[in-house]
Amino acid sequence: MRVMKKSNAKKGTIKRILSYIKPYKKQIIGAMLTAILYVVLNLTTPVLIGQAIDKAVGKGNVDFQAMLNIIGLIMLTVIGSAFFQWLMSLFTNTVSYMTVRDMRRDIFAKFNDVPLKYIDGHPHGDLISRVINDIDAVGDGLLQGVTQLFSGVVMIIGTLVFMLSIDFRIAIVVVVISPLSIFVATMITRLSHKMFIEQSKTQGEVSSYVEEIVGNQKMVKTFGYEERSIEGFEEINERLRVCGQKSQFYSSLANPSTRFVNGIVTAAVTIVGSINAINGIISVGQISCFLTYANQYTKPFNEVTGVIPQLQSALAGASRVFEVLDEDNQTPDSANSVEMSRCKGAIDIENVCFSYSPERKLIEDFNLKVKPGQRIAIVGPTGCGKTTLINLLMRFYEINSGKILIDGVDTQNITRNSLRGLYGMVLQESWLYNATIAENIAYGKPDATSAEIREAAKKSYIDGYIRRLPDGYDTIITEDGMNLSQGQRQLMCIARVMLCDPPMLILDEATSSIDTRTEIRVQQAFNAMMKGRTSFIVAHRLSTIKEADIILVMKDGHIIEQGNHEELLAKGGFYNTLYNSQFARSEGA
Amino acid sequence: MFKLRRFLKNYKLPLIFGPLCKLIEAIFELIVPLVMADIIDTGIKNQDYAYVWQRGGLMILLGALGLSFALVCQKSASIVSQGFGTQVRNAMFKHINKLSHQELDKIGTPSLITRMTNDINQLQAAVAMLIRLVIRAPFLIIGALIMAMTIDLRLSIIFLIASPILALVLYIVMSRSVPFFKQIQSKLDKLSLITRENLSGNRVIRAFSKQESEKKRFNEKSDDLAKTAITVGRLSALLNPLTTVLINIAIVAIVWFGGGFVDKGELSQGEIIALVNYMTQILLAMIVVANLVVVFTKAFASAHRVNEVFETEPSVVEGTKTESDNKSNNEIEFNDVSFAYGKGKYALENISFKVEKGETIGIIGGTGSGKSTLINLIPRFYDPQKGDVIIDGMSAKEYTFSALRSKIGVAPQQAILFSGTIRSNLLWGNKDATDEDIEWALKVSQSYEFVSKLSDGIEHEVLAGGKNFSGGQKQRLTIARAIISRPEILILDDSASALDFATDAALRKALATETNGMTTIIVSQRVGTVRYSDKILVLDDGKLVGIGKHDELIKNCEVYKEICLSQLSAEEVK
Repeated sequence: MRVMKKSNAKKGTIKRILSYIKPYKKQIIGAMLTAILYVVLNLTTPVLIGQAIDKAVGKGNVDFQAMLNIIGLIMLTVIGSAFFQWLMSLFTNTVSYMTVRDMRRDIFAKFNDVPLKYIDGHPHGDLISRVINDIDAVGDGLLQGVTQLFSGVVMIIGTLVFMLSIDFRIAIVVVVISPLSIFVATMITRLSHKMFIEQSKTQGEVSSYVEEIVGNQKMVKTFGYEERSIEGFEEINERLRVCGQKSQFYSSLANPSTRFVNGIVTAAVTIVGSINAINGIISVGQISCFLTYANQYTKPFNEVTGVIPQLQSALAGASRVFEVLDEDNQTPDSANSVEMSRCKGAIDIENVCFSYSPERKLIEDFNLKVKPGQRIAIVGPTGCGKTTLINLLMRFYEINSGKILIDGVDTQNITRNSLRGLYGMVLQESWLYNATIAENIAYGKPDATSAEIREAAKKSYIDGYIRRLPDGYDTIITEDGMNLSQGQRQLMCIARVMLCDPPMLILDEATSSIDTRTEIRVQQAFNAMMKGRTSFIVAHRLSTIKEADIILVMKDGHIIEQGNHEELLAKGGFYNTLYNSQFARSEGA
Repeated sequence: MFKLRRFLKNYKLPLIFGPLCKLIEAIFELIVPLVMADIIDTGIKNQDYAYVWQRGGLMILLGALGLSFALVCQKSASIVSQGFGTQVRNAMFKHINKLSHQELDKIGTPSLITRMTNDINQLQAAVAMLIRLVIRAPFLIIGALIMAMTIDLRLSIIFLIASPILALVLYIVMSRSVPFFKQIQSKLDKLSLITRENLSGNRVIRAFSKQESEKKRFNEKSDDLAKTAITVGRLSALLNPLTTVLINIAIVAIVWFGGGFVDKGELSQGEIIALVNYMTQILLAMIVVANLVVVFTKAFASAHRVNEVFETEPSVVEGTKTESDNKSNNEIEFNDVSFAYGKGKYALENISFKVEKGETIGIIGGTGSGKSTLINLIPRFYDPQKGDVIIDGMSAKEYTFSALRSKIGVAPQQAILFSGTIRSNLLWGNKDATDEDIEWALKVSQSYEFVSKLSDGIEHEVLAGGKNFSGGQKQRLTIARAIISRPEILILDDSASALDFATDAALRKALATETNGMTTIIVSQRVGTVRYSDKILVLDDGKLVGIGKHDELIKNCEVYKEICLSQLSAEEVK
């Protein structure tokens, strides 16, 4: 993870949060204006009440008419201030929730812009926690912070003005000492900032752990791992408790500390004021009035420091969000790259080198020429780089050097989306999402008619099963794929590709979980579809491999043999051994 | 919410001390103005500098004491609230571990994650507030009420009228917003679900160039959430202004009626001022209460969701026996077992068979024929609706989970590894495994070769889900994990599907020689894999349509014959 200079990072984070607020300038201005009106009215109410009370001087000496007039005025200011306070809340509400929404939008979009490597390499639970919890913290911070900050600042300025108009000397005492409370608050915030970062990081760990353990409960149960998983969880949870407690405690120090500082201010004012009064410089009434305002003046400081914990966890959350946003995007499609919506299917792989990490070379100097319509089977021991090859063809990962050309066009010069559209891909691990079966099948072709969807399902031999479900094609797939078997999931993914009818195909163990009777039929459908189309097939079923035009035998990232079935058998090399082990298998068991 | 209070019981001391200290601080805060008045009244009047300084010092001392009490309170609040959250999380995690798949599927992992983090965070915030403010605010309110009564009983009626109206307003706003807060949390679940799907299915999404439509899907839900949040925000935003208006009306009433009493000479002006001050004090406290109400409303919604998890009872109940009291030669028996997921049709129907100890059983059948379901009943991931599964002569239901499951080693269809190292993954199977055990398991599962090629061998890092290993490597490691404890029953659920022929053959050869005495159940699509088993079970659409050896089945089981013919040439079948 990226390390940034701490203080700079914090400033940067605030700045970036502000840039998120910017589009809601109108609401911010609205919030500020209403805050001013609210504070002004709110400050006049007590004054008016005082005047009303002044009308009741003593027995038989109450001016009811005048009192009534003032009461009318009071009601106006009260209702006015309540109204503006309400408006202010509405504005800040909108600003915070819209900001939250925008941030979520950006971080989610980012997940589709970063290189796949980032997603493969980061615990998903942690990333989810950033989207949900960290951004939620930002929202909370904004909501509390913006409201309190605005009214607080207005209140401070307002009272300052009042005070200056009474006596500037004592005002100076207040103004000089007050920043002390700001200073104390800043010190404390700085202290606890690290803890907050730690807290949201650990929160991410909790999410990751839950995601992993709860997501794979079957394994946990099978191996009686419950106790140990609980131990593991309690360990993370304990760390979360420690840093959570520290961050909460440290940041909650800010409020009592500033109140203490303000207490000192009050004491100082009292002492200085009294001594001045004894010396006859100001009157007692002025002191009392002054104290009221000093009190009024320090209160907003208290309110502002009261929301410091929320502000801090907002900052910590935001910095984790920005960390994701700062990840490098995959290199964008170059300006001169073309959209390729169809192709003949000639593929040239020239001197391609690739490795996931520099220290472990995987594919080196790989060359292959595929004529349009050829069927390429990739065989080899597991881990030899078959799936990697597919990652490169689809440009999920970028090659380190060399070239891959489609119909003579360098794939670097084809937009990624159109390149990927040229292939229909079925992977061993079938991915379905939370939507109806029909929507899942139509994933690559959202405008497909229901007849087309059924046709694709029929070709994939899953139509019968789907129709027997109570809701048929409208059955919603729940997150864990309901009780669909692996095979049924795979068939749906196959239907998805069948529906798209792409010019080229990539099948990575696409039928590994399907029973052979169904597989043969699906295979026939594939064969019909693949006719005249280039296809890459990773498989271990002999029948599939035998029929291929080119068999690539891979080992440790290298193509060690290349040719058709007969040629390779005749060669008596690695393929020959592999092929014969197929029979050894039957004899061995 | 109150149901969760059991998690507070370890924190009785700070739970009492926290609010108490806050109370003391509040009292100090009330004393300060008195001292101040004293300085002015006595100090200035007598022109006594020393007195001014002395009392001034007292003010600072009171402030310092107040600070230290406040610190104790904050410390208690942080200890209790974070401790509370930690305990709820631990308990929830434990409880989730007890639930069977039927229940977990219903709530869903993303929702469990949100409940475990976001919802519990809301509860934590509420607990912290509870300690910091809940005692203080009512104390100030009640104190002010009592003071008001001592001044003028008649006017305090205004206080008594105002209070229930205020309570009513709080109640209405709160009860209206609780459903919204529940909605907000479940909308958060939805966002978490889509995020999770996008992370796990990123390859497919990019392959179909669906990034834009996924963004749209997410944004719609996100907009929806923002809308709900703003709606409920509008509701909560009413609280503060409404309280302010109500209290100020009460103040006006005091001034007006008080004015009447003053006119009759029954009340002094100073007393009105005092009453108004008390009312203002109540106002300030009420504003705190209003903010509390918002926090608690959120917490209520979250508490409901947390309790929902706790109240979900595991449908599979653990037995008590660690050993069979009726040991048998049959390792596994299915007696007329029928099982359905939820309320749907039976996924397995009237299944009966016996497996002797040490036998190797093959299970074969079409996609969705119920093979994996049958396997799932043995370690009791689910319980059958009808019939009984008997392990070593005793119903599986009578065993403790750990006794039952420690007999069984499973390599699942979906090869899943956990983040950690290769070693830590293998230790799942047997936490006391020695290096020799690990080496043996790796060798039998044909993983030894590729593991020893890694620079750091079994200490090599495994990312969550085993993403940094190929499908075949993952499958072999899951097999290693299943056999490392040398279980009585080994279940291989189509767990070699991603292996190439050579590896698959070598694997089965090693299993045959090295796992002697283990009862082995092999689920497979491949006839070649099961054909030499002692018994083969043929499943078709949830029914057991054939049982026997290869040679028998090929003659009298139509389904089996069909499967064979689809894979082997005619002479291979014979």
